[in-house]
Amino acid sequence: MLSLSLLLGVNTPLPHLFSLCKDDSSDSDLELSTVRHQPEGLDQLQAQTKFTRKELQSLYRGFKNECPSGLVDEETFKTIYSQFFPQGDATTYAHFLFNAFDTDRNGSIRFEDFVIGLSVLLRGSITEKLNWAFNLYDINKDGYVTKEEMLAIMQSIYDMMGRYTYPCVRDEAPSEHVDKFFQKMDKNRDGVVTIEEFIETCQKDENIMNSMQLFENVI
Amino acid sequence: MAAGVAAWLPFARAAAIGWMPVANLPMPVAPAEKSKRREELIILNVSGRRFQTWRNTLDRYPDTLLGSSEKEFFYNEETKEYFFDRDPDLFRSVLNFYRTGKLHYPRYECIASYDEELAFFGIQPEIIGDCCYEEYKDRKRENAERLMDDQEDNKDNKPPNMTCRETMWRAFENPHTSTMALVFYYVTGFFIAISVITNVVETVPCGLVPNQKEVPCGVRYTVAFFCMDTACVMIFTVEYLMRLFAAPSRYRFMRSVMSIIDVVAILPYYIGLVMTDNEDVSGAFVTLRVFRVFRIFKFSRHSQGLRILGYTLKSCASELGFLLFSLTMAIIIFATVMFYAEKGSTSSKFTSIPASFWYTIVTMTTLGYGDMVPKTIAGKIFGSICSLSGVLVIALPVPVIVSNFSRIYHQNQRADKRRAQKMQKARLARIRISREGTSSAFLHSKRNGLFNEVLELTEDQRLSKSTSLLESQHHHLLHCLEKTTNHEFVDEQYYQQSYLEAGMQNYPSQSPSLSSREGVTGTCCTRRSKKHHTPLQNASGPAHMQPLTHTHQQGLQELSTIHISTSRSSLNMRVDEPGALNCQSSQITTAIISIPTPPVTTPDGDAHLPVGPTYQNVVKVSAL
Repeated sequence: MLSLSLLLGVNTPLPHLFSLCKDDSSDSDLELSTVRHQPEGLDQLQAQTKFTRKELQSLYRGFKNECPSGLVDEETFKTIYSQFFPQGDATTYAHFLFNAFDTDRNGSIRFEDFVIGLSVLLRGSITEKLNWAFNLYDINKDGYVTKEEMLAIMQSIYDMMGRYTYPCVRDEAPSEHVDKFFQKMDKNRDGVVTIEEFIETCQKDENIMNSMQLFENVI
Repeated sequence: MAAGVAAWLPFARAAAIGWMPVANLPMPVAPAEKSKRREELIILNVSGRRFQTWRNTLDRYPDTLLGSSEKEFFYNEETKEYFFDRDPDLFRSVLNFYRTGKLHYPRYECIASYDEELAFFGIQPEIIGDCCYEEYKDRKRENAERLMDDQEDNKDNKPPNMTCRETMWRAFENPHTSTMALVFYYVTGFFIAISVITNVVETVPCGLVPNQKEVPCGVRYTVAFFCMDTACVMIFTVEYLMRLFAAPSRYRFMRSVMSIIDVVAILPYYIGLVMTDNEDVSGAFVTLRVFRVFRIFKFSRHSQGLRILGYTLKSCASELGFLLFSLTMAIIIFATVMFYAEKGSTSSKFTSIPASFWYTIVTMTTLGYGDMVPKTIAGKIFGSICSLSGVLVIALPVPVIVSNFSRIYHQNQRADKRRAQKMQKARLARIRISREGTSSAFLHSKRNGLFNEVLELTEDQRLSKSTSLLESQHHHLLHCLEKTTNHEFVDEQYYQQSYLEAGMQNYPSQSPSLSSREGVTGTCCTRRSKKHHTPLQNASGPAHMQPLTHTHQQGLQELSTIHISTSRSSLNMRVDEPGALNCQSSQITTAIISIPTPPVTTPDGDAHLPVGPTYQNVVKVSAL
């Protein structure tokens, strides 16, 4: 009879009776991440960056709208950045960008990090911008850009293009591009690019200098 | 693009500086800002209630009323605000959509008025957030059903010229349509009742006959009952024939349950008429009379409840069948046990296992007639176990049927939800298409941008005047990425076509010079020039786009080529459609284009622009 009742019990909504013994592990959800961060005052930020008050206000409004808690974690950052590149996969490049912005490496970007980074990119001198770019490429922040690091960066940039490109992205395209880059930048052929080599080469290249000025008036 | 993300566009553009040192090509020029970004508050006066928001907030969705220049029609010069004569409560949701990027449906609002507001402000209801979308769809469906019901009720004011047949059918199906129908309904009901009562009374013993034997009334008043039976059967036959005549689909009517019941109800009489006075089949004749009781099922036409009960039982059939099966198992087990337990006792009623079935059933259902009782001790023990387990058996079918009922009920709800989910899939598909619209918008504007470069139009005459500043900045960003990697974005259709053409070939080295590209003609990614003759299309236009042609070389050559191809493309447009649709269903035809299309040189000698005819070739193949 027990077997019969078990058999029949399968059909009826009795199984939930058996789950009474299991203890719910949903209590851990109660430890909500109520971390919040308030940025420094406007005056301090104005002193640290080259933005005007109005610009800082507008930047903060956009920032807070997307991240009400005042902190951007990597996943949110990746989601936001991916929306600009619907055809490709922008998550790897977003990861590198995140590390470039998160200067104190605590896993989240605060508004100060955000606005200081933007200040360098938009209002900084060419040297500062080149420094920032070098910092982006230097994944382990040891002062040298190796071929592997550059290859990773290049691959992530090509990933953003997606599948449907003309001409089709071949697998060797990123490494070829890296080789070209190193040919240009690595003056002493030691297999790494240092910051001095980088800045020196870029300052000599007219294309790069012009493109650095491109985003002067973004805000 | 989502609303909040628009605020991050400056960041994304600034981060593009990371690509600059890597790129080998010069970057495109950034779109000029027509005026300094107006970071100002605007006032929206909706029926007296003033809402204020930033102008940028509204600009996030340029294809809605508030985000486009359409709102200028509502601008009030004296008060310097935008006045809308609409419901301010509903406007809250609309404005929140701009602020947060999510559209919510307020549950206390009427669905029709909400839809009207959304339509007025140019917002698609499909983008309602997941939190409110189910509710919205449910309400919408209820509303639609109510409208349909209303329409059906109105239909009962019958259209004037219905044929006699249709009138009859309507009268049969819905007795409230006319008095005749109602009369017919009651008359048939009355005769069904008469027939059933007659069948019952027939068997009642009806007084004594001189030879002291009680006879049933049927035998005593044979003629009377026969006349009654005949009358009922005649009525039923006439009714059945009339229904058969009036039915719109006779075959379907004959297969329906009700008509089968009708036939079964009247057939015994006719068979009985045919085979009277034939003694050997009188047994069968008696059996046939039993079928007369099926006339009672004719009542189900008169009772909605019976029909629902029938449907429930039908849908519970598998569960009941399983229950029956398990009961059978139990009966067999206990019957066997009881038989062997009682085998020893004298004059035991348990003569065989099938004989013990009766005992087991009677005991398990707690009937306990007492006609068979165990006498041995073992028999009594097992008998008590049997009756105790029988209690369980009684307890089990009820929840099964109840749970079945609730399951059917929930299934109905789930079927509705599944319909809603199908709509969800359709909705997601539409959202995805609109998102793809951004990438295709980019491709579209790229062509327009190149148009502009080539034709050297002034700012006023820009073809892409419908793209907002936000969009142009986004497109500039994507353009920079293209320049960095020296590859272009193309749409899926073009990619698949070019993939088809590709065999084993060498890609050219990635030198930016066009001359090397010319050498690729006939192999991978043969470029075709197709100028879509719709320059003024909105940025969120059709999802399938035509690939563009690089026109790096400025000059009149390009101009004339464009003119030639434009006229030709208008011819190609209709040929294009089936090809485009074919690719959109993402089914790559197996016809591999092995013939490399030779480049057709234009009179101007632009070797790298194969024009119309080759395209037509390709399209024909892919339209297979």
